[in-house]
Amino acid sequence: MKLQGNRIRGPVYVLGDNIDTDLIIPAHFLNLVPTIPDEYRKLGSHAMAGLPDSYPPFVTPGTDQAPYPIMIAGSNFGCGSSREHAPIALGAAGVQAVVAQTYARIFFRNAVATGELYPLESADRLCDVFKTGDEAEIDMAASTVRHRGTGIVYRLRDLGAVKPVIEAGGLFGYARSTGMIGGKGPAA
Amino acid sequence: MSATITEKILGKAAGRSKVDPGDNIWVEVDVLLTHDVCGPGTIGVFQREFGAKARVWNREKVVIIPDHYIYTKDEKAHRNVDTLRTFVREQGLPHFYDPGTPRYKGVCHVALPEEGHVRPGEVIFGTDSHTCTHGALGAFATGIGNTDAGFIMGTGKLLIKVPETRRFVLNKTLPKGVSAKDVILRIIGDIGVDGATYQAMEFTGDAIAAMDVEERMTICNMAIEAGGKSGIIAPDDKTLAWVKARTKQPFVPVTGDPDAAVTASHTYDASTFEPCVACPHLPSNYATARSKRDIRIDRAYIGSCTGGKLGDFMMAARILKGHTVKVPTFIVPATAQVAEGLLRETIDGRNLVEIFAEAGCEDVAPASCAACLGGPVDTIGRTSGKEVVVSTTNRNFIGRMGSKDAPIYLASPMTAAASAIAGHIADPRDYL
Repeated sequence: MKLQGNRIRGPVYVLGDNIDTDLIIPAHFLNLVPTIPDEYRKLGSHAMAGLPDSYPPFVTPGTDQAPYPIMIAGSNFGCGSSREHAPIALGAAGVQAVVAQTYARIFFRNAVATGELYPLESADRLCDVFKTGDEAEIDMAASTVRHRGTGIVYRLRDLGAVKPVIEAGGLFGYARSTGMIGGKGPAA
Repeated sequence: MSATITEKILGKAAGRSKVDPGDNIWVEVDVLLTHDVCGPGTIGVFQREFGAKARVWNREKVVIIPDHYIYTKDEKAHRNVDTLRTFVREQGLPHFYDPGTPRYKGVCHVALPEEGHVRPGEVIFGTDSHTCTHGALGAFATGIGNTDAGFIMGTGKLLIKVPETRRFVLNKTLPKGVSAKDVILRIIGDIGVDGATYQAMEFTGDAIAAMDVEERMTICNMAIEAGGKSGIIAPDDKTLAWVKARTKQPFVPVTGDPDAAVTASHTYDASTFEPCVACPHLPSNYATARSKRDIRIDRAYIGSCTGGKLGDFMMAARILKGHTVKVPTFIVPATAQVAEGLLRETIDGRNLVEIFAEAGCEDVAPASCAACLGGPVDTIGRTSGKEVVVSTTNRNFIGRMGSKDAPIYLASPMTAAASAIAGHIADPRDYL
């Protein structure tokens, strides 16, 4: 994904551990095909629809957008299914980055491969520090996230081998940039 | 230069003499599996990136098995199967198991090996997290998303990280009334739902050797529920005989070196395993079935890639025979072949369909994923209220079988059957 100024700023939505793909996008919405533009937007409108009703609404009711560009969670975020609809639903709803302690493997990979959002890892357990609605600012260049209320800056883990893939816009961009596949890909 | 079975398979697929955990390598793909839920999106990615007229890299290696939303009135679900049909026709793909035709199979992870598409030593990617099932036959197999699958469709390759191996050694013999599902639920209970994240879970030992191929599939199927990238069991004579009965395609089995280094090793005495459940809402919430006798149930569900194979129904039928269920009990064979087996296999002269009917179970449902993952509202067995379910499926997340308010207890086919008779969670050894 392309960022303006290498920063992501805005209110956060906070969740705990083991946020599974059925919570992120329940299976009865998997009849939507992400590569069809109208259905991509519909997936966004149903992001986090699997959460119990005790949670604050994630997507603004009546819209297909969430007011939270950043999601903060505990460990094993995205566990469960290989449904790429999960990072896509979050991305379509306007999430630009998830900051979790750890990820389930397939969700992480799908986030990287699609370029829908940055799956960032924090050294600290930030879901105990942030509350839903708090303002945060991620500095991608410095690998930090700042709590704009307290001013405290938290470190993000190095993305390692997947960084060039994310920076290339996903798997296809990376494969083209390294000469693995030819062609220019779809028109932007 | 010793290596695990996983490292050897991936090294071979990468054309390298040796690979190490953590290496990022391009591997050649032997089989790409997709279905009705992720196939249309995969095709969308493939055509977006390679062009509307692009051809798949190898028609023989793409296998499309619709299975998720088959018996529903949902219009988009039908449109999605039509998208697959159009693509199959345009591309001339030979391995398509079309709903509504005699070719239709049902659940992809049971159909894929049944139809001979799983061979030891090969590399399999599928757009479904339970693709790890196929490690039971000594293949490297893992789940991927649509983008990765679209990439494979065009290139036949994928960039992957070589996983570390976490080994599970099961010595001795499982007690009566205990099956593969109890083994994997206890292991997940011990290491947690992220206990094997990014790792290959390798299963070995006397109890694994004693298991038939289907039971081994049950074990590898749930590797993903511990975060595993794959589950794998080295092929033995049983594996080779099973595979050769289903394919004429040549293959080269791969085994690991006994002295290969692994990241961790867990040794179990299989005789200590007990019938168990995973309590809501994580597969790692292990409890013995006996300790949960106070949990009253409203429904039992026997089906899915995890617990809907012929052997699973044989185990359930042995418990149910001569008893009457107290709660609605759903019988959902994974594939059409399993459904045929229910009519063919007998216990004391009664076939399994008769046994289930005489026990008061619901009519045998047509083969598909059905309510394992909820699905469209008209899906057979889908929860809609506060039903407490004992299920032979693989996930008990909130809302997994439809309703957010319906708690799910994962169990073996024997425990599910015993619980259906009792009306509460029950230990199947009380009915053996």
